[in-house]
Amino acid sequence: MDIAVIDYKGGNVQSVLFALERLGVQAMLTADHDVIRRADKVLFPGEGEAASAMRELRAQGLDELLPTLTQPFLGICLGMQLLGRHTQEGGGTDMLGILPFDVVRFEGSPEHKVPHMGWNTLQALRTPLFEGLQQEDYVYFVHSYYAPVGHYTIAQTEYPAPFSAAVQHRNFYAVQFHTEKSGPVGTRILENFLKL
Amino acid sequence: MLTKRIIPCLDIKDGRTVKGVRFEGLRDAGDPVALAARYAREGADELVFLDITATNQKRATLVALVRDVACELDIPFTVGGGIGTVADVEVLLLNGADKVSINSAALARPELINELATRFGSQCIVVAADARHHETDGWQIYTRAGTNNTGRNAVDWCREAADRGAGEILLTSMSNDGTKDGFALDITGAVSRSVSIPVVASGGAGTKQDFTNVFRQAHADAGLAASIFHFGEIGIRELKEHLRQDGIPVRL
Repeated sequence: MDIAVIDYKGGNVQSVLFALERLGVQAMLTADHDVIRRADKVLFPGEGEAASAMRELRAQGLDELLPTLTQPFLGICLGMQLLGRHTQEGGGTDMLGILPFDVVRFEGSPEHKVPHMGWNTLQALRTPLFEGLQQEDYVYFVHSYYAPVGHYTIAQTEYPAPFSAAVQHRNFYAVQFHTEKSGPVGTRILENFLKL
Repeated sequence: MLTKRIIPCLDIKDGRTVKGVRFEGLRDAGDPVALAARYAREGADELVFLDITATNQKRATLVALVRDVACELDIPFTVGGGIGTVADVEVLLLNGADKVSINSAALARPELINELATRFGSQCIVVAADARHHETDGWQIYTRAGTNNTGRNAVDWCREAADRGAGEILLTSMSNDGTKDGFALDITGAVSRSVSIPVVASGGAGTKQDFTNVFRQAHADAGLAASIFHFGEIGIRELKEHLRQDGIPVRL
């Protein structure tokens, strides 16, 4: 199986590569359009800031390529948010528009600090991505912005109001939490993705 | 519901765990990767590696360690200890560290926090603040492994760090560290109320009740400890079961 991990200088990709290695699969870190187009699975991890990530994607023509992909695709963390239409981050940034959500910042309060950092539970799970998981399983989040709940939501989490912990549209799956840092639960989700 | 985090801290020198670790069932208790994996299995929510190596080889051994840990571990970890430049942070993140903590370098040049947050995102920049209580001046911030009093008020400094883009504060009370008399609830609570980012409490943990107190009374988001975990005095699972009984949300 050929697995492409998209290289757009979007932060901690090494952890995703290691997580795949632990599952016994070798992945290729690449920005090469042909390699990405031919891959059986595409992973789109990311951390950091949305505006600079979009600049890098545009510089490499990936903003044109990614929406045309048809194989199973998994966005992680910032890689999920970038699939939306627009984010408040960076003073307002237009994004890939593969999914119809707009990303907003957590308001925050003394009880709900920003970033939302740590282990939180998943609810309302659907799709084969979460095969074998239980409602209320814990996964690890680190983010200050979120996608609201909509028809595309396939898992949700509360902080304090519900937001999209995972989304899906056609072949495009994406999770807000870090599958590669979520212990055995995260590993199971990655395994499930590789079987899609 | 977001849970409170339990974070074992490993002191690292020349790529090995120091400060004494007495664990049965570990073939080599000085191997940080083996110890980290054990903590992860027992339910640690995150780990912190604090590098106290003073040699020139420091950076190379630390990078090698980060790679080994990231390769093995499926929970997040922070690396700290003498990190002073954007380049230092970049190489650690590229090799798989989830967060990097800065301390003396941030106090020497606070703009470093802004630069790191802009470059890598606030989520991976932890500002470690070491505070000591003075009868007359209150809680003051120390640097260089606790040898240098900066004269900065602890709450003011933590607020500035947050304003400059830190994603988390790791607050160690030097006055409590090693005493096992409990966390410093007053300064932890004061910092936690003053910043809108998560606060990790460190220094003084001796009993399970100490963790309940720091979460309930001081509103810490995470509790960090070293020796009580290394010496097996408190198991992570039994600590979390105690917290759950006390009504504190934990991942079990």
